[in-house]
Amino acid sequence: MSSGMRVLVWVVEGTWEGCLAAAVPLLPAGAEITLLHAAPGEVEEVAGGALAGLLGRGRPGPGRDPARRIGALSDAAAGELLEAAAARLGRPARRLLRRGRVERLVVEAAQAADLLVAARDGDRSRLGPASLGPATRFVVDHAPCPVLLVWPDRTPGVESIPPPPPERP
Amino acid sequence: MPRALAETAALLLLAATLAFAVMRPGGLPEALVAVPAALATVALGILPLADAVDEVRSLGPTVAFLAAVLVLAELCDREGLFEAAGAWMAASSRGRPVALLALVFVVGSAVTAALSLDATVVLLTPVVFATVARLRLRAKPHMYACTHLANSASLLLPVSNLTNLLAFRASGLSFARFGALMALPWLAAIGVEWLVLRRFFTSDLVGRGEAAARPGRRAPRYPVTVICCTLVGFALASTVHLDPAVVAALGAAALAVPALAGRRVRARELGRAVAVPFLLFVVALGVVVRAVSVAGLGSLVTRLVPVGGSLWALLGVAVVAALLANLVNNLPAILLLLPAATVAGPATVLAALIGVNVGPNLTYVGSLATLLWRRVLRERDAEPAIGEFLALGAVTVPAALVAATAALWVMLRVLP
Repeated sequence: MSSGMRVLVWVVEGTWEGCLAAAVPLLPAGAEITLLHAAPGEVEEVAGGALAGLLGRGRPGPGRDPARRIGALSDAAAGELLEAAAARLGRPARRLLRRGRVERLVVEAAQAADLLVAARDGDRSRLGPASLGPATRFVVDHAPCPVLLVWPDRTPGVESIPPPPPERP
Repeated sequence: MPRALAETAALLLLAATLAFAVMRPGGLPEALVAVPAALATVALGILPLADAVDEVRSLGPTVAFLAAVLVLAELCDREGLFEAAGAWMAASSRGRPVALLALVFVVGSAVTAALSLDATVVLLTPVVFATVARLRLRAKPHMYACTHLANSASLLLPVSNLTNLLAFRASGLSFARFGALMALPWLAAIGVEWLVLRRFFTSDLVGRGEAAARPGRRAPRYPVTVICCTLVGFALASTVHLDPAVVAALGAAALAVPALAGRRVRARELGRAVAVPFLLFVVALGVVVRAVSVAGLGSLVTRLVPVGGSLWALLGVAVVAALLANLVNNLPAILLLLPAATVAGPATVLAALIGVNVGPNLTYVGSLATLLWRRVLRERDAEPAIGEFLALGAVTVPAALVAATAALWVMLRVLP
């Protein structure tokens, strides 16, 4: 067993490349890195539910049930995403695939980590409370370990702070 | 049979039919209870035999129409139309998530309108998921868009939704006039969905996906041509008093014959696409609902449905229809509403359609009953996080109902 820092990197579509690029140089050399992807389980549920809403006409033949097709595609895509992330990382890393309530799964996995790495993903055109998406907000609020929150693209400068309100005479 | 007893018996038969359709124990077809229930309404003397025969006869062409549309969609899938649409969306979006969402809106609305919501739910949604996964973007906005558009974008044509097919016959409108009146409500509902989803999913529409190569294979031209010809044929058929179901059957045959000859599809697979047990269920459900109407509930529905062409009356109809659709499912809801709505006139029928088509987005399973049943079946800790979807519906449905009904009211004035 190595005694390196256990780092959990939350890999999400759209922000993972920037997240790795920003965070990896900051991680100590001996860190034990785990790459985590959590797929939202409700996507499959909603697709299956929409089929149930059609009553009997949505009874496709074998291999054509949309929820099953989406489940299989989702697993394959998550595996490929972690593969790409591991290649980008260029260091040995454990891979963790989960499906369900994303924010809860991430917090749960972070229990076994010394540091959680996550990307900002909200509305970055107007920095403020909305610059964190709901899942990231939940994870930042409930993480049982320190969180390294990185900008997945350009890091804004201090000029992004609005000017102070004018002084009252 | 005394009136009160007949009314209770009819309602019980309807409840049994719907409960079985929602629960589907052992995956058995819905018709298994619906057909005996329909026979029972006649055997118990609740519905006169002549009325039952009349109902079956009036539903026959609608059911045939539906079968042809189901086959048409299935064959388009076999010819690679949906795969081609996925490849086109991937390439045209150039990995930008908002652009991809816009393309999903265009394709989802077009497929729903031309090939019915069934095609969007069963055939298009998995292709959209595969496209999103290939681009390495977040799936949720695009998937929820598909599910929502399957309902909201099914307002345009009689073929877009089974509820429309049923109402289309009852309303006496021509195919072209139906489409002309519903074009603006259709656009209004899609517009509301776009505005809400775009904002709701801001944090999921981030990053830039992998670049996708231009599709090597061209979109299959033949199925697109057949669909376009079929849609034009629907409009023309009304003018020469030809049943549009015949046109739909011709369109299905135009695709089926070469596909069967080229062994790209087997006859058995086409047979499955026709969904005979479901067609039986529709007819049987129609008879049971007719019995309920005749036994007395019809007068209650008539009292619930506001009459008149004013904006308020139309909004009232749409809201009642949306609530009823959420309580049971939009199919029995429109069957219950049609007798009263038909008497009130085509404007009321179309407003009821807006309600039963847009309303189901409040839940993602078509009705509260189905939603509760799915929750019952699931282990407590395996419940998926559907709160977000319900919140999305709570925003889009009222807004889309108002926008689409107001648009209908405008169209009724523009095209009196």
